Amino acid sequence: MAQIASITLLHNDDARPIIEAILADNPGVRVLNMPGAVKLDCDDELIVKRASVEERLGRPWEPQEIQLVLVSMAGNLDEDDDWFKLSWKH
Amino acid sequence: MAPKKLGLKQRYAHMTRGLDWETTYQPMDAVFPYDTFEGIKIKDWSAWEDPFRLTMDAYWKFQAEKERKLYAVLDAFAQNNGQTGVSDGRYVNVVKLFLTGISPEEYQAHRGFAFTGRHLRGAGPRVACQMQSLDELRHIQTQIHTISHYNKYFDGISEFPHMHDRVWYLSVPKSFFDDARTAGPFEFMIAIGFAFEYVLTNLLFVPFMSGAAYNGDMSTVTFGFSAQSDESRHMTLGIEVIKFLLEQHPDNLPIVQKWVDKWFWRGHRVLGLVAMMMDYMLPKKVMSWKEAWEIYFTEAGGSLFQDLARYGLKAPKYADVATADAEHISHQNWAVFYQYTHAAAFHTWMPDKEHLDWLSEKYPNTFDKYYRPRWEMWAEMEKQGKRFYNPSLPQLCQVCQIPMAYTEPGDPTKIAFRCSEVGGETYHFCSDGCKDIFDGEPEKYVQSWLPVHQIFQGACGGATIPDVLNYYRMNVGADNMDYVGSPDEKLWNEWHAGKAREAV
Repeated sequence: MAQIASITLLHNDDARPIIEAILADNPGVRVLNMPGAVKLDCDDELIVKRASVEERLGRPWEPQEIQLVLVSMAGNLDEDDDWFKLSWKH
Repeated sequence: MAPKKLGLKQRYAHMTRGLDWETTYQPMDAVFPYDTFEGIKIKDWSAWEDPFRLTMDAYWKFQAEKERKLYAVLDAFAQNNGQTGVSDGRYVNVVKLFLTGISPEEYQAHRGFAFTGRHLRGAGPRVACQMQSLDELRHIQTQIHTISHYNKYFDGISEFPHMHDRVWYLSVPKSFFDDARTAGPFEFMIAIGFAFEYVLTNLLFVPFMSGAAYNGDMSTVTFGFSAQSDESRHMTLGIEVIKFLLEQHPDNLPIVQKWVDKWFWRGHRVLGLVAMMMDYMLPKKVMSWKEAWEIYFTEAGGSLFQDLARYGLKAPKYADVATADAEHISHQNWAVFYQYTHAAAFHTWMPDKEHLDWLSEKYPNTFDKYYRPRWEMWAEMEKQGKRFYNPSLPQLCQVCQIPMAYTEPGDPTKIAFRCSEVGGETYHFCSDGCKDIFDGEPEKYVQSWLPVHQIFQGACGGATIPDVLNYYRMNVGADNMDYVGSPDEKLWNEWHAGKAREAV
């Protein structure tokens, strides 16, 4: 069975560029819309790339800023200057 | 050329590990006296990973930003009388149960993480625990601020700290945290950090807060999701602690497995309150408890335990029983509160036809067969002026402290009873899960403060129900009983009659 890497973000203006970046960078991502929040699921791995968010946001963005709109997640986290990655791969 | 900025990993190393030192005036064992007695073996504390790599300076920056956003919303909600715009007056009972039953546990979690943040030897987990301790304090403060606005208009919340230490159903979450906080620091980390935060807290905060959003409660959804943004960091701490313990020494595995089994089961029992909120108390529903369980336990927990299998850790014992319980637990809990509405500080009601149909659709295997007929009978009795109250006091499970109303696995028509004898006394349990926990540590659980036993021992204000409600500081006729006929309902109807008049 595939393990699901998942992130749930607020459904607001601050999170929108991040949601869009995730949709663009993670082929096959599945979207569950809930009132106020959106859950994004991917098999095995899901990545948020700094460059993709900055491109949409039009300003510098640090992956740590994701904490302002983060609701929940599943997977082992790897966070660095250029990405925020949730993965079940070893 | 400007000097190059340090990367995230380097900053974290300098600001966390780099600030730690080996003590010399006192031996390390005297400074950290509690991190060995549980039998957990740690060879190398420096192997701890904190993937968030959050340093204290960044922590303050992000938390301040979250608070500014949150308090702007709370202010706007109060200023604009947001309480008049929620979906229905019944909705507020969810907020009451949250403030009385859950917010005080945020404070318990604050104290628990302050303790572990002091007593774990490694700098990485110590800093992460300190941050979590501050987060939890922030959570109870923001929850009290949010709900204080509701307290101006609605009953049942003004005495929440007093009630928390006394009222029968509030002893369920209270005893859960008392149990965790009286354990050693590693068990506390597995109990709250792993089992509660990682495996179960999504079930509490995500669909429930989404429900608050759907029901027009802008203030609750905002504190809920603001708290939940910290929760992701807590979940990471939880998963890191379990991986760390399992990687450090093979002898840790059986100890950790026992804690995972225990705290999964205890958490599952506590969350039955949330199941009832989702299925019965939200006027506009987001998803059923069973659906939430499938997403957040079966699917998310499945991925997690598949990952942890490489260390030899198994999925929690009785996970299958808990999954089967998801078909029943909200209905059985609502039945308890309906019968004992005279002793609860929030209102109850029988679901209307539309709500019954929703439950039938969401629970096709169980609702029509086992619960709908009972609700229809109770509704009929109400109509005839014979509203059913249970005048007796229920027997409680010695471990989870919930009234013994749950049914046998596989037979929803038969109440489950288990018991153990210790020192010539018989102790009663609602399930194999709770009995196992007791049998593993009877010397702890024979001391449980069980609300019903305490009433019978004369420790709760007297022998009659009015005496006990007085001891609870329950404002009888306002805080308790059905929603229909309550001062809450009267106020709500006045607001809405006013709105309709003004619209003409």
